[in-house]
Amino acid sequence: MQGFLTLFRKELVRFWKVSFQTVAAPVLTALMYQLIFSHVLSRHAEAYPGVGYTAFLIPGLAMMSMAQNAFANSSSSLIQSKITGNIVFLLLPPLTALEFFAAYMLASIVRGLAVGAGVLVVTAWFGLPLPSHPLWALLFGLLGCGVLGTLGVIAGIWAEKFDQLAAFQNFLIMPLTFLSGVFYSINSLPPFWYAVSHVNPVFFMIDGFRYGFFGQADVSPWLSLSVVGGSFILLSGLALWLIKSGYKLRH
Amino acid sequence: MPSAIEIQAVSKRYGALQALDDVSFRVEAGEFFALLGPNGAGKTTLISAMAGLSRPDSGSISIMGHDVVRDFRAARMSLGVVPQELVFDPFLSVRETLRFQSGYFGLTRNDDWIDELLFKLGLADKANVNLRALSGGMKRRVMVAQALVHRPPVMVLDEPTAGVDVELRQSLWAFVKELNEAGHTIVLTTHYLEEAETLCNRIAMLKRGKLVALESKDKLLQHGKEREVAFKLAAPLPDSLLPSKVREEDGRIVLKLADLSQLEGVLATLREADVRVRELNVVEVDLESVFVNMMHGERG
Repeated sequence: MQGFLTLFRKELVRFWKVSFQTVAAPVLTALMYQLIFSHVLSRHAEAYPGVGYTAFLIPGLAMMSMAQNAFANSSSSLIQSKITGNIVFLLLPPLTALEFFAAYMLASIVRGLAVGAGVLVVTAWFGLPLPSHPLWALLFGLLGCGVLGTLGVIAGIWAEKFDQLAAFQNFLIMPLTFLSGVFYSINSLPPFWYAVSHVNPVFFMIDGFRYGFFGQADVSPWLSLSVVGGSFILLSGLALWLIKSGYKLRH
Repeated sequence: MPSAIEIQAVSKRYGALQALDDVSFRVEAGEFFALLGPNGAGKTTLISAMAGLSRPDSGSISIMGHDVVRDFRAARMSLGVVPQELVFDPFLSVRETLRFQSGYFGLTRNDDWIDELLFKLGLADKANVNLRALSGGMKRRVMVAQALVHRPPVMVLDEPTAGVDVELRQSLWAFVKELNEAGHTIVLTTHYLEEAETLCNRIAMLKRGKLVALESKDKLLQHGKEREVAFKLAAPLPDSLLPSKVREEDGRIVLKLADLSQLEGVLATLREADVRVRELNVVEVDLESVFVNMMHGERG
């Protein structure tokens, strides 16, 4: 347990020491999106009855930033440790696979939530209502960051070079987060893209998170919860199995 | 009391390379043990297997009686490893590094021991300095401290003095000797054979993944009791001495004698044959020559 707490704390210290880059920068990026899209699209039809486009955009942007940063936290920490070689100091102590995984994954959640909170604070004045179901919002925030943090652990273990990780990030994480209904309601999509969105777990994170704020969403929050929760369980199982088997960590 | 390290029939293959080939030996508690071999002999692979950094294809290893796979927590608690590569976390200071490392081993409030380590390793005035700002030798000392945060009974140093200045090498050995006298089992690999010769009681030699020698240092040196004597002669070697000749180098004829007392007979034979001796050298036996002989396959 102490081993887990220590590694968790070290992972928090790691991103907090460079919080300008790891928290402030993504918050600013989200604010830019909000300014530009709400300016261009504010006269766009209401996304949901009674919910204007500018307000609709905010939870999606927050969730997208949370997802991207949760992924970045665990994946970049692991790849840096692997490339500099100091991962050996984590492989020599008696840490279990669960302690190792939980520390990286939970630190990713903390970073994701810190970024999410920052995004909500700086964009709230565009008309974000108080969450109508705060517990749903919190649950999707936690689980969404957990899924991406876990994916980051897997990618960080798998990648051997920075460009492999960058490929994972640019060709998988970015499309998943952008094509997830951040900027639009998927009900407005043509049938093909509507169907594609439904196999994207990030869509369900954002939709569920949005439900927490507006009390309405494209699909039922229970469906979203089962997709996001199921993804989390599956990916966590995979990550734990990789760590336990020593894949690319112990030769 | 269990052996400090017990290695049983360990084999490991990386693709076409047989890194370890059925290696077995024990290191008893309290020993100062050297693991020697040329580059690529399998030393680091063996240490990695002890530490759980790599997994043998077959065979087993236990540290203080704890199997490194099945009972990995107890095994790793008993083992401190100083890796060969100079690695560090650029985000942390020396003290943070040691505190985090203590925590990974489940230890809180380890500051008294950390202070003692810092003092003994000459790092006390660097405690709050970021690792990036330290010289290579200083970073190496931090790695030694990291390996010791949990006071392991068994300590393994993989070429700890490679590329380290003489002063540090000496102070490091003084410190490691002190640990050994306090009861820690020490295993080291080194390229500096004189280090193994002065520090260690027992030596294992690896060659292409196989154990080619495992003996006490004194016994190993005795293999060199057969002395080699190099002569520079004014005339050809008499036929009667040809059976003793092992080689010729730089115009010198090297004879192998069962021991040094045979030298008198050789000199008498030369005198009778009227062959003047211009130069005579007894080749010193040291670990290096024993090592070189073994690695050339004379006994291996």
